[in-house]
Amino acid sequence: MTSLQSNVLEIHTPQGREEAWRFTPLKRLAGMHDGSAVASLLNSLKPVQALPSGVSFDTVEADAFSPTDDAITQRIRAFSKTVQRLTISKDTEIAQPIHFSRSMRDLDSVEFARIQIVVEPHAKATVIFENSGDLRIGEDLEIQVGAGAHLTFISLQEWGASSIHAARHNAVVERDATFNSIIVTVGGSLVRLLPTVEFAGPGSSAELLGVYFATAGQFFEHRIFVDHLVPQAKSRVNYKGALAGQDAHTVWIGDVFIRAAAEGTDTYELNRNLLLSDGARADSVPNLEIETGEIVGAGHASTTGRFDDEQLFYLMSRGINSADARRLVVRGFFTEIVSQIKDQVIEDRIMARIDDELAKAGAING
Amino acid sequence: MSTLEIRGLKVSVTTENGDVEILKGVDLTIKSGETHAIMGPNGSGKSTLAYSIAGHPKYTITGGTVTLDGADVLEMSVDERAKAGLFLAMQYPVEVPGVSVSNFLRTAATALRGEAPKLREWVGEVKGAMEALKMDPSFASRNVNEGFSGGEKKRHEIMQLELLKPKIAILDETDSGLDVDALRVVSEGVNRAKENSNVGVLLITHYTRILKYIKPDFVHVFANGKIVEEGGPELADKLEAQGYEEYVNA
Repeated sequence: MTSLQSNVLEIHTPQGREEAWRFTPLKRLAGMHDGSAVASLLNSLKPVQALPSGVSFDTVEADAFSPTDDAITQRIRAFSKTVQRLTISKDTEIAQPIHFSRSMRDLDSVEFARIQIVVEPHAKATVIFENSGDLRIGEDLEIQVGAGAHLTFISLQEWGASSIHAARHNAVVERDATFNSIIVTVGGSLVRLLPTVEFAGPGSSAELLGVYFATAGQFFEHRIFVDHLVPQAKSRVNYKGALAGQDAHTVWIGDVFIRAAAEGTDTYELNRNLLLSDGARADSVPNLEIETGEIVGAGHASTTGRFDDEQLFYLMSRGINSADARRLVVRGFFTEIVSQIKDQVIEDRIMARIDDELAKAGAING
Repeated sequence: MSTLEIRGLKVSVTTENGDVEILKGVDLTIKSGETHAIMGPNGSGKSTLAYSIAGHPKYTITGGTVTLDGADVLEMSVDERAKAGLFLAMQYPVEVPGVSVSNFLRTAATALRGEAPKLREWVGEVKGAMEALKMDPSFASRNVNEGFSGGEKKRHEIMQLELLKPKIAILDETDSGLDVDALRVVSEGVNRAKENSNVGVLLITHYTRILKYIKPDFVHVFANGKIVEEGGPELADKLEAQGYEEYVNA
C-alpha cells in the first residue's frame, strides 16, 4: 500500500493524527466527523433558473458511485440514501452555465447533502454552485463525466462568517472526457474541500483551478487528489491563495498518484501563496507518487511569499499610492484564475470581495 | 519652469558586510527643457542616484538634499515624488502579473491627475502614444512587463513618460538592450516628450550611442559615487574616444 491509498472504507472517527486530518481543527467541524452532529436533509441546493432541455435535476434514492475513505463523506452516505442528481443528457451541449445556489441561513442544524452530477457521453456543460448565506454543511458531491463529455464545474464559497463547509468533490473522468474545475473560497469560518479526480479512460484530462483568501481566524483547506489510473491522461492543478490577519490558516495539499498502468501521463501542479500579514499561516504540500517511468511529464511547484517590494516600488513610482498598489498586486495575483470563470458579474463580485477582505484585514496599509 | 536640485547627496546600502556608501556627495541641478547626460563606468553609482531620487527603499540617504522647486523630495513617499513631477524610466522594469498595461496606465494617470481621465479621450491618448512608439495594439491587454522583450519594456517606459508628462524624467540606461531601430524609436519618444512638455531629462548611460539621437546640453562624468567632470556635448566625444579609464583610476 502506498501513502496515497487508504483502506479505511468503513465508518471511522478521525483523531487528528491521520495524514488526511493533521491540519484540520476537528473541534470546529460541528461534529460532522465523529457522528455527534445531528444531521438533517435540508436540500439547500436550488437551481437559479429554469433548467434548459436535456438537463434534469431530481431527488432520487441512489448508492454512491464509488467508495471513499473520507470519514465525513462516509457519515453523509450512511445518513442519507437521498441524492439530488443533475443529469445532462447524452450529446447535449448547453451554452449557458447552469447556476445553482445555496443562500439560506441556518446555523442550528447540520446539513448532510449528497449531490451527483452526471454528464452523459459527448455532452457539454458548465455548472456553477454559488454558496453564500450561513450553513453548516457536509457535502458529498460525485461527478461522472462520460466518454467524450466536457464539464466545467465552478464552486464558489462566498459564505458568511460562521459557515462550516466540508465537502468532497469526486470526479470520475471517462475516456476522452474533459473535466475542469474552478474553486473559489473567500468566506466561511472553516472550509475543507477535497477535489479529487479519478481518470477512468485514456485520453481524459482535468484542469483543477482554485483561489482562496483567508482572513483572521479563518481556516480554508483544499486537499486535492488526482489519481492517474489509466494511460494517456493529462492533469493540471493551479491554486493560488492569499492570507491576512491573525490566525488566518490555509492548507493546500496536492496529491498526484501515477499508477503503474498510467503510461503517457502528463501532470503538473502548482500552488502559490501570498502572505499579506504576520500571524497567518499557509501550509502547502505537493506530493507526487510515481509507479511508472513511461510518462510525458510530472512536476510540481509551491511558493509562499510576501508582497514584492520591487512591484510595489514600480507601481508607486507612477504615482499610485501604497494601498492602491497593494490592491492591484493582489487583484493581479488572482486574475489569472478568476478570469477563467468567464462570467463578468461573478468575477467582479469575487474581486470586490477580495478588496473588502483586504481592507478589513488592514493588509493594504503597510 | 521646474528645477530639481541635488546637493551633497550621500547614499548607502546595507550589505552582508555592513553599510556601504555608494554616493559620496553628488551636486547636480536640472531645469525644465534641459537634457543632462550622466555617463560613467558600471558600478560607479549612476543607477543608485536614479533610484535614490525616486525613493527606492533599498537605499539609505545619509547626507545632502534633493528638492524639486524647493520642496523636499527626500521627505516624500515614492508616490508623492511621482505626483510632484518626478519620473524614473527603469533599466529593468518590473513584471506585475495579472495587471494589464491599460489598467496600470489608467490607474497611474488617475493618481497623477487627481481624477480619472475621460474614457474616450484617454483611449485616444493611449492609442496615439502606442502608435508613435510603433507598439502593437494588443500590447495594452498584456500584463505589465510580463514576457516583454527588452525593447518592449523600454518602449513601455517611454510610453509612460509621454502619457504621464512629468516635470523631470530620469532615464536609467534606457538604451541598454536595444537594437538600432528600437533605440531610434525610443529616442524619438524622449524627444517628443521634451518638445511637448518641456520635460527636464537626466539621461543615465554607459555608452555614447544614445546621445546621437538625444542631444545633451550637459554631460557629467560619474565615477566612484560622484561627478568627476562636467562639460558640454564635446565631453561625450572625448569619452567615446578615450573611455572611462582616466576617471576610474583617478
